[in-house]
Formats: sequence, C-alpha cells, structure tokens
Amino acid sequence: MALPAYATTGQRIGYYSFLTYCALVFFFLIAPIFIILPLSFSASPFFEFTREFMNFEPEAWSLRWYRQMVGISSIGDTTVVSNKWMLGTRNSFFIGIIATLLATALGTVAALGLSRPHMPFKAVLMAILISPMIVPLIITAAGMFFFYSKIGLTHTYLGLILAHTALGTPFVVITVTATLTGFDTNLIRASQSLGADTMRTFFKVIMPLILPGVISGGLFAFITSFDEVVIVMFVGSVEQITIPKQMWAGLRQETSPVILCMATCLVALSIALLTTVEMLRRRSERLRGIKQR
Amino acid sequence: MNHSQSSAGLILTTDGIPLKISLKKAERVNKIRAFLLVSPLLIFILVTFLIPIGDMLARSIDDRQINTVFPKTFEVYKKWDRQGLPSEEVYKTMFFELKNSEGYSVGKASTRMNYSKSGWKSLLKKSKRKFKKIEEGPFKEKMIAIDKKWGDREYWLALGQMVDPTTMGYYLNAVDLKYDSNKNIVQQKENRRIYNKTWIKTFKVSVLVTLFCLLLGYPISYLLATLPMKYSNLLMICVLLPFWTSLLVRTVAWMVMLQQKGVFNNLMVMAGLIADENRWQLMYNQTAVVIVMTQILLPFMVLPLYSVMKTISPTYMRAALNLGASPLHAFYKIYMPNSIPGVSAGCLLVFILAIGYYITPELVGGKDGQMVGNWIAYHLKTTLNWGLCAALGAILLAMMTALYWAYNKIVGIENIKLG
Repeated sequence: MALPAYATTGQRIGYYSFLTYCALVFFFLIAPIFIILPLSFSASPFFEFTREFMNFEPEAWSLRWYRQMVGISSIGDTTVVSNKWMLGTRNSFFIGIIATLLATALGTVAALGLSRPHMPFKAVLMAILISPMIVPLIITAAGMFFFYSKIGLTHTYLGLILAHTALGTPFVVITVTATLTGFDTNLIRASQSLGADTMRTFFKVIMPLILPGVISGGLFAFITSFDEVVIVMFVGSVEQITIPKQMWAGLRQETSPVILCMATCLVALSIALLTTVEMLRRRSERLRGIKQR
Repeated sequence: MNHSQSSAGLILTTDGIPLKISLKKAERVNKIRAFLLVSPLLIFILVTFLIPIGDMLARSIDDRQINTVFPKTFEVYKKWDRQGLPSEEVYKTMFFELKNSEGYSVGKASTRMNYSKSGWKSLLKKSKRKFKKIEEGPFKEKMIAIDKKWGDREYWLALGQMVDPTTMGYYLNAVDLKYDSNKNIVQQKENRRIYNKTWIKTFKVSVLVTLFCLLLGYPISYLLATLPMKYSNLLMICVLLPFWTSLLVRTVAWMVMLQQKGVFNNLMVMAGLIADENRWQLMYNQTAVVIVMTQILLPFMVLPLYSVMKTISPTYMRAALNLGASPLHAFYKIYMPNSIPGVSAGCLLVFILAIGYYITPELVGGKDGQMVGNWIAYHLKTTLNWGLCAALGAILLAMMTALYWAYNKIVGIENIKLG
C-alpha cells in the first residue's frame, strides 16, 4: 500500500497522518509491556522512575528484587529466605504442564472427530466445546467453587488441574481444527490401503501433519493455565500459591517490585512461546502448501 | 432425480443388500466413529465445566436451605391467615425447632432470613440463647417478652417469602427489586439500589472499550492487511505479543504507567503540561478500566479484522480509483462494506469478553470502576450471599449466551482464529 508518485499534497498528508496514527497505536500496544523491564532493575521500592535511576547512577540500579524473587533477601545482616515466588513457580509449572498434556490429548482427538465430514451436530458441539473460553472466568470460578466443594475437589491440585484443563481445551480444538482444514483425506486411505492399521496411520501419517497445530494449541493451553488466577483464588487453598496468585497478592497487599521481576521473566517466556508458535504456524503452512502472499 | 429414486431399490451390492441401505449403514458407522472421537472431551467438559455452571444456575433459585432448619414451622405457618399475629401453635413449633437446632444451621438460616427482613439474624441469635431457660408455654407471651420483634407482624410476614423451596428473590435483588411482606414485587430502598447502576456501568464500559478497540484496531488492521508480508509479519508481533503476555503483567505495567507518580504523569510534568502538585488521577477509576481494557482486548479486535481484510482483493480498490473515485470515497464505498464481517466479529468478541471482566476492574478500577464481575466475586468471597452471586452470574451468563449465539450465527464459531 505505497503512495503512488502522482499523489496530491492532501493525499500525502493523509497518508502520513495515517501512518503516524498506526505507529501510535502500535506504541500503545507494546510500550506498557516493555516499560516494566528497566524498572525491575531499580533499587527503589516503589514502581517509579527516580531521577537517580534515569541518570544511571550505579546505586539506583540493583538486582536486589531478583535476589528476593529467587528466595534470597537480606534485612540488615540476616538473610531471610522466603520462597513464595519459587513455590509459586513450581506450582504453576506443575499444574500448567499436566493440564496442558490432558488438554492437548483430549482436544486433539476431539478435533479429529469434529473435522470428519460425517460429524453430526457439528455446530452445536463446537459451540459447547469452545464455551470455556467464552464464559467469563468469574462465572466459571463461581460454578466450580460451588460444585467442586460438593465433591471435595476444592483445595486440591486435582481440582485445579481439571479446571485448567477445561479452560485450555478450546484452544487446542481451535488450532488443531484449523490445521485439519484442507487435510487431504486420501493420505489416510493411501496409508490404510498399504496395510497400516489405525494407530500406525495416526502416528505415522496424521500426527506429523497436524503436529504444528497440536503444539501451538498446547502452548496456548499452557499459557492460559499459567496466567490463570481467578479459579486458583476461588477453588485453590491459601497454600496453593501460583505465580499469578502471588502477583495478585503482591499487587493488593505488599506492592513489592519483585512483581516487576517476575513480570519481566513472564514477558521473556511469552516472547519465547510466541516465537515458537509463529515458527510452527509457518512450518504448518509450508507443509500444507499454503503459499504466503 | 426421479430416475435415481426409482432405480435405487434395484441396485444391489455384492452381498445382495440394496445400495441405499448399505450406504446409510456405512454413513452411520462413520457418524458414530466421529462422535466417539469427540465424546471424551465432551464428557470431560460436561463434568468439569457445564455441570458446575448448571449447579450455579440451580443455586440462584434454590431456597431449600431454610426449609430444612424450620420444616415444621413452615408446615403450620401455611395455615396462618395473615391477619393479626400467628397462632400459639406457630410460636410453639418455632420455639422448639429453634431450641433444638444446631447453631451452625441456624446461623445459615438466619442469614437467609435477614435477606428478607433485616433483624432476623440478631433476633434468632438472642432468642436461641434465652430459650434455654424456658421449659413450657405459653410460648407466644414468653417469646414476645424476650424480644418485641416476635410480636411484630412484619417479621412473620417476611417468613412467607421462604415457604417455597424455590425463589425468584435473588433475581429480583440482582436488578434492585425485592418482595415486600405481602410478596409483591417492589423497588429496593433508595440507598440499596446498586445493581442497576452496576449493570449500566458494565454496559457503558464494555461499549466504550469496544468502540475504542474498533477506532484503534481498524486502521492498524488495514495497514497490516495491505503491507507486504515481510513487514506485516513483523508488525503482527506487536499485536500478538500482548496477546501472549500475562494479563496480570499487563495490568501491572499499566499501574506503573498511570499512577500518580507514574510514567505518564511524570512525562506530562516534565513537559510542563501539568503542574507537579495537580497530577492527573488516572488510576482507580473508570477511565483506568477503559484504557487498560482497551489495550488488553485490542488484539481480539485486530485478529478477526485482519483475517477478513486479508481476503479483500486489492484490485477492488484499484478498480474504484481507476473509475474516478477519490481514495476516501473508494474506501467508504468499496473497502468498508467488504470489511463489515470482520467489524462485527471483532466487536462482538471484544464486547463478549469485556462484559465479564473481573481482574482488571478489581486492580485498577477503584470504587468507581467495579463491574458486575466484581460484585459476583464480592458475594462469593466476602458476603457469602451465594444466591445473589449465582443470580448475578446467571443474568450475565444469559447475556453472554445471547451474544455468543449471535456471534455463532454471524461469524461461525469454527472461524475463530488465534494468531
């Protein structure tokens, strides 16, 4: 969409103001995420850019909040070890990974069924399976709190894992179904006519082709679980700390810059995940022969 | 058509079964196979997600809790003609049921009774303590002697709301109505009308967020869709990174930006636009909620818009320009109508997600920015008025379902794209 050589002055002004506007919107989208990176290295206990910090004075920059995050902090001469953040990290990964594996397995199989041409009630089923993504988390949390407390699943890891699995499956269903559009079913027939059984066909023919979709769906499910706080707060117990829950507590009670350190780590994680998913998406498009315009 | 129908009965497969039946059978096997693949997830979602939601819906009309504490009282209460005070029999059954009940269940029941008429809770607590000394009647006089409220007809009338095992009372409360003592629907007292305001506020914030997302999202989607792939892929990362970044991280980032000594105010002071002492109050109000939610939900506007705009062939615009339309006119007449599906998809998605937001208003909204989601959480965690919590949730869910249905009709749920 370049400007043609014969553009009038008015058109030029319009075009450049449009570009400026877009630049501002992109800035609005991305700036808040990066503003916290430098601030996490500040020695100040408040979320603010002090004058000393801006002038790069060495004593205003520090790694003390990172030390505190990994569980080492010193008050005076004594070293205090508080490992709430590390406990949270462990729990987040534990819940996240198991929920992701479950969600990926259930979601992939369901997507395979949904993509079959003979699927009855496809639209209704799809709407039901996607609904955990659409229903507000607070309603989901309320319902799960009421029901899980009846069957004794509140304050257990199993309850949290099941809840997070339910939240993660729509993403897997969506990405795998998207990968399966344009899937050449003749490949399955070819494999079967050459003597492979259902399992072998699945692992040797279908799986390699849909793997990019499966992995990106899994990553979506993981980040959903990893970022989820409302259900952890209502269904989990006080001791079941996860990273977002600890951040929440930090924001509500003891506004500590350790939150910024953890936020920086999470931004790094999301960049890593985003890069992976983008690479997978391109690979998948290449595999399926969808050309980039 | 006729030919194939008449001959269908004659065509036989090698096993001698008519082809039509054989095909149908094969079709049915395929259908069952497809369904079997979906069923594990369907059952899983049913148990872990849909049944809990249903449980919440049931709770919003459930009023049995109290009937299990005072079952006999309610039996004899039904005979009361509602003229004057109830008979000695009602007092007597109430006396014994209260005296012999467990403290825990009375506590729960009295909480429920307090929703119909405040004062019940303290009355029951006080009476239960004093009943221990009383052994025999007449109970009516003795109870009134303990507390005058036992002789107040209003309290007895309020009990009438709880006789049935189900109630619409919580739904009424959720829209600032209530039952009066004669079971007529009336408005809440002036100072207790909070929910209608909250509903309106929730709508206002969601509409504003949707509007701002459209205003910010449309141009950049257009840019992304029309730039060459190598540039647009790079810029797309700016949209996708916030999408992948933790919601809490983004909310923290905005707190850093918007607070009194935050980045935005600092920049304004440095630029000399505002004085140091009257920095803008950007946090803990509705403005903050709208700003932060706009940034958080913007990717959900851009992605559907982009995927629709990507399909609009650039030749349309070229043709319009070629035929003498000015660029603005061509855009208005050709491009915009073509992008409407994306606009409706994006707006619906953003609105659906915005209306149920809880975390962001809770953290940056202050008192002024609380939405319906926050009241649900408040009743769930703090007041423990779970009936009202469930009723608010059910109303919100009904709205969501309607919007979701519209989304499904207009866009088709299978067309949701993630990046």
